[in-house]
Amino acid sequence: MSTLNEHHLQALRDIVGTEHVASSRTDRLTHSFDATQQHCMPDVVVHPKSTEEIAAIVQLAAKHRLPLLPRGAGSGFSGGALPVQGGVVLVLTRMNRILEIDTNNLIAVVEPGVVTARLQEAVERLGLFYPPDPASKEFSTLGGNVAECAGGPRCVKYGVTRDYVLGLTVVTPTGEIIRTGGRTIKNVVGYDLTRLFVGSEGTLGIVTEIILRLLPKPAAKRTMLATFTQIDGAAEAVSAIIRGKIIPTTLEFMDAGAIGCVRDLPGIDLPADCQALLIIEVDGEPAQLEPQLERIIELMQPLGLLATTIAQDAAEAEALWRVRRSVSPSLRKLGPNKFNEDIVVPRAKVPEMIRALEALSQRLALPIINFGHAGDGNIHVNLMVDLQEPGMEAKVQAALTEIFRTTVSLGGSVSGEHGIGLAKQPYIGLELDQPTLAVMQAVKTALDPLGIMNPGKIFPAESRLALAHDETV
Amino acid sequence: MNIHKELSDYRQELSACVRCGACQAQCPVYLATSKEGAAARGKLVLATELLAGRAELDAEAMRDLSLCLLCGACVHNCPNQVPTDAIVSVLRREISKKRGLGPLAKGVAALTANPRLLGSLVRGAGLFSPLFFKKIPETSGLRLRFSPESLKDRILPPLPSRNLFARLPERLQGQPDKPTLAFFAGCTISYLYPEIAEATVRVLQHLGYTVLVPRQQGCCGMPALSSGNGELLKQLAHANIAAFANLAVDHIITACASCGAALHQVHQAQQVQPGETGQNCTSFANKVMDIHVFLEKEGCLHTLADLLATTTATTQRIKVCYHDPCHLKNHGIIREPRALLRVLPTVDYVEMDGAALCCGLGGTFSASQPDLSRTIADRKTAGLAASGAELVASGCPGCILQLTDIIHRAGLPMRAVHTMTLVLAVLEQALTTKAEM
Repeated sequence: MSTLNEHHLQALRDIVGTEHVASSRTDRLTHSFDATQQHCMPDVVVHPKSTEEIAAIVQLAAKHRLPLLPRGAGSGFSGGALPVQGGVVLVLTRMNRILEIDTNNLIAVVEPGVVTARLQEAVERLGLFYPPDPASKEFSTLGGNVAECAGGPRCVKYGVTRDYVLGLTVVTPTGEIIRTGGRTIKNVVGYDLTRLFVGSEGTLGIVTEIILRLLPKPAAKRTMLATFTQIDGAAEAVSAIIRGKIIPTTLEFMDAGAIGCVRDLPGIDLPADCQALLIIEVDGEPAQLEPQLERIIELMQPLGLLATTIAQDAAEAEALWRVRRSVSPSLRKLGPNKFNEDIVVPRAKVPEMIRALEALSQRLALPIINFGHAGDGNIHVNLMVDLQEPGMEAKVQAALTEIFRTTVSLGGSVSGEHGIGLAKQPYIGLELDQPTLAVMQAVKTALDPLGIMNPGKIFPAESRLALAHDETV
Repeated sequence: MNIHKELSDYRQELSACVRCGACQAQCPVYLATSKEGAAARGKLVLATELLAGRAELDAEAMRDLSLCLLCGACVHNCPNQVPTDAIVSVLRREISKKRGLGPLAKGVAALTANPRLLGSLVRGAGLFSPLFFKKIPETSGLRLRFSPESLKDRILPPLPSRNLFARLPERLQGQPDKPTLAFFAGCTISYLYPEIAEATVRVLQHLGYTVLVPRQQGCCGMPALSSGNGELLKQLAHANIAAFANLAVDHIITACASCGAALHQVHQAQQVQPGETGQNCTSFANKVMDIHVFLEKEGCLHTLADLLATTTATTQRIKVCYHDPCHLKNHGIIREPRALLRVLPTVDYVEMDGAALCCGLGGTFSASQPDLSRTIADRKTAGLAASGAELVASGCPGCILQLTDIIHRAGLPMRAVHTMTLVLAVLEQALTTKAEM
């Protein structure tokens, strides 16, 4: 890999225009981080406007062996947007046009820089629906959502980003422009490259256009908050609801630690003996919703249910959601450093996973706060610590390793929706065996023979990988 | 003596930024530029590095720090409420301290520290109104608030020949059993739109309140804050405290959203060092209240509704929408102005699309970043046009100035007014009708 020089900078300026190439220390600094709060300085930041410009930049990078990586809002939690080897950061936020909303075929065609919530607003105005709703939807971009295969609370019923991507335009690491999939639900011509690129974390190419599937917007939605005396009851309730053949739109949970963080906030009123809670939403035809909620209450009743509150209007629903949304911001009370993991286990294993986390928290005397998308088994595990304390770093590493081992042993995954990036590299070997990893690496090498596209991500350096894998044996 | 905080006083707040990116969602400048340096997160990284001595105030750093409207949208949307607006203000002051005031900041200083100069400029300008700004010399300070470039084709209000203080007595007597209030006008209202002040105090008088309009009040400090003039900020703070200190009032009413926000920011305990001045600052800031909030809190909407009960049939109805000033919206004042408009029986209130989008004025921002200011402003056009309203009401004279410009450039058949101007018009119409009956 070579370093960037003035000749490269001039070539970049010729492609996108001088004002869209930034190489001052300040400009590099303001593009050196993402939501992992780690910093890696890029050599240059480029804001391209078209697929063709990106292809030209990639060809330039390939010719001169310059590392490059795409960046959307930079709101990822796994370090996907960190330029660990420096190089060229391609910020795609100027490519933010919704190119088409096709109400006949229920399709949207977008550029990668469109913010998720803006597409949702645009399609909802036409009575349509784009379900994936990552917590960052107000600022995350669809390109980033595709790269990480973003999820969100609604995924329990509607699936994740990959379930809505029908086709892509991609600039490959050699600078070719390719098109995968298309505008139809059915398409079995050749390999399913669309699925390969979704969730590839910017390591296989740069997505420059996305064809998305839309749904009709559900006519109505109801929101309910259910409180429980114990986490076991709430965790069992998740399984009971699914077993009862109801798939809610969202099924979020909070454990006692998470409740403790928000209990005293103004406007939040929870029973004193509430040790766990669920926020449950159902959507569909208005007449179906009341009976569904009644059936859910019936299923939860024997499981230590304390109380249920059903929102009567949008404002009341918002007040119920406030309980859940207040958790993340208030976590800092417990410790200045947060380790936010997004493990996922099969739904029926949620109670077992929660019990294991509680036991671990007690054994290591570490605050572990759990909340998240219980309905699809995706638990946000937050270790709140002060890394200034001596020995804390090692303690956290031990705790994380144990959490991921338990997750995998229950048939789960170390990341449900954040991706591997940089943050989860040490743990990928706990889940994927060597032959599987070798196939993935073969794909990477085939598409990116020069190793310039978002280098240093997903796959750990050889030695670490072997170590992680040995430990599982 | 410096009553204001320095960057190092914000160490803890800076460390509270978790780089999540939520600040991008509502930042008007980020949305117009799509560049990370415009968003709060980028500025906070820069501030952190500057504080650690690892970064320098290079040209790009100065550019990024100029890309801020001080609208507070990022603070309002931040999960940890990191006060980026205050931090940007501090950095701008530090830039001025190190490099001296820029021409813009000097212009602001010349004007806002000297109400007489501002007053006389405006009085003289009355002769040329509405071409006032084109007639004043290139070096004049008032020009600097609206740079020559941003003035091109900008529509300006016909300037009043007499400013607020020449139009209103210092004390307007209400009913003896009702509380006394003080009114803080601010420069834009005092010199460009005195009728807004008149409307506000007259409505309060109709409601029975006695209103004091202290002559010695000065600029709120927003332009000084925005242009990084710490010395001036201190002077203005002392002058305003002195002007209001001896008045036995519970509330100091503002009708300018930006003045209200600036007075809170400048005088809040977090911004000033402890000590006597700090306490005076805090007690002053605690009394400042936006007129819309006051009317709602005091139950005046019911009184108004009663006063207006007889108007209706004979008078023509008018379709009105509302624009949210950033300095109300980002302080959670969204419901109150709308509630007030809905009380007016001759008003058909319609909610416009994009009511909460920033108008792009941002005090000195429109002068330092004229093109960007217009790009931000133009996002309002579609919503205004689609509303079908004849009037767009708002709670900030700066927004009204900018909305007038947007409307003019788009050729829309509507006008921008202050909510209080509209309230007084409807109220006086009602009282006249009542008197005739």
